[in-house]
Amino acid sequence: MNWLMMERWSPYVVGIAIGVLSWFAFLLSNRPLGVSTAFARTAGMIERVFRGERVRDRPYYQRFAPEVGWGWMLMIGIIVGSFISASLSGAWGLRVIPQRWAEAFGTLTSVRLLVAFIGGVLMGIGARWANGCTSGHGISGALQLAVSGWIAAICFFAAGTGAAMLTYVVIAQ
Amino acid sequence: MLERLHSNKRAQILLGLLIGIIFGFLLQKGGVTYYDVIVGQLLWQDFTVVKVMLSAVITGMIGVHALKSLGWVELHPKPGSIGMTVIGGLIFGLGFGILGYCPGTVAGAVGQGEIDALVGGVFGVVAGATLFALIYPRLQSGVLRWGSFGDLTLPKLLGVHHWIVVIPVAVCLAALLWWMERAGL
Repeated sequence: MNWLMMERWSPYVVGIAIGVLSWFAFLLSNRPLGVSTAFARTAGMIERVFRGERVRDRPYYQRFAPEVGWGWMLMIGIIVGSFISASLSGAWGLRVIPQRWAEAFGTLTSVRLLVAFIGGVLMGIGARWANGCTSGHGISGALQLAVSGWIAAICFFAAGTGAAMLTYVVIAQ
Repeated sequence: MLERLHSNKRAQILLGLLIGIIFGFLLQKGGVTYYDVIVGQLLWQDFTVVKVMLSAVITGMIGVHALKSLGWVELHPKPGSIGMTVIGGLIFGLGFGILGYCPGTVAGAVGQGEIDALVGGVFGVVAGATLFALIYPRLQSGVLRWGSFGDLTLPKLLGVHHWIVVIPVAVCLAALLWWMERAGL
């Protein structure tokens, strides 16, 4: 069982296994793999804590009800699965600042968290605007040969490249 | 096939968790739950993310279309439009590049202990999704419909059987991966 304790697997092994996992998602759950809907449902669940059942009046939550279902459990499962993998290899640990960030911008916690939050807000808006994320469009959409999936994946990586280049090539210099 | 399983809510909740655990395990083993790896991809220095995604697409595409040919699964291509897919995709990409994780890998990063993924990422993405729910009524009848192409797939667009597209796309993507390895990427 040594392979379970390895820190990294070949990206091809991982990719092929994710592809096989998507067969089972279609077969057993009649769904493509996708994560970002779970964040929208979480947003609705949090709003429901403050505003009660009125939250269901929002047209968006009529489309994506703020309830625990398959996709929400998928998100929880990802956290658990990654925890298991990192614990087995000894890679688990509480870290605030990624190494690449620290080398370019230093180790001030507030700056990294603020920038990450801004990025997260934009990504949250974008994922719901485009109706999918890197898994829903980039993997599941692309593998179904959906036009929306291929266009979205190209836009994700084009704008992502722009933002990363701006951060590390322009601002960090 | 398996309609009874599909409509069994309790079983689906368990399946979602199980598939998620395997997905998260794989993402972590692939290294794509690390900020440095994802940003390395967006800076075109480390091609791990593209290698994982393209091999998942090739494998998934062949298998899912084979299951469809057998009549065992239905496809669920998402509808899109220029206003929805392109504008939303570009906003997503900006956030993706600034945060350095995507929605799936940010959950995986939380699992391996990254605080920036939890505080910045998860809270930020939920805040973003809340903002979107607030503005959705105004976007719904406007920009999201602009240039709509529906749930179009490449085989439908070209008017050919799905295998006529699956095979050349799989060959091209595999050739791209082969070339990347040869170029030392």
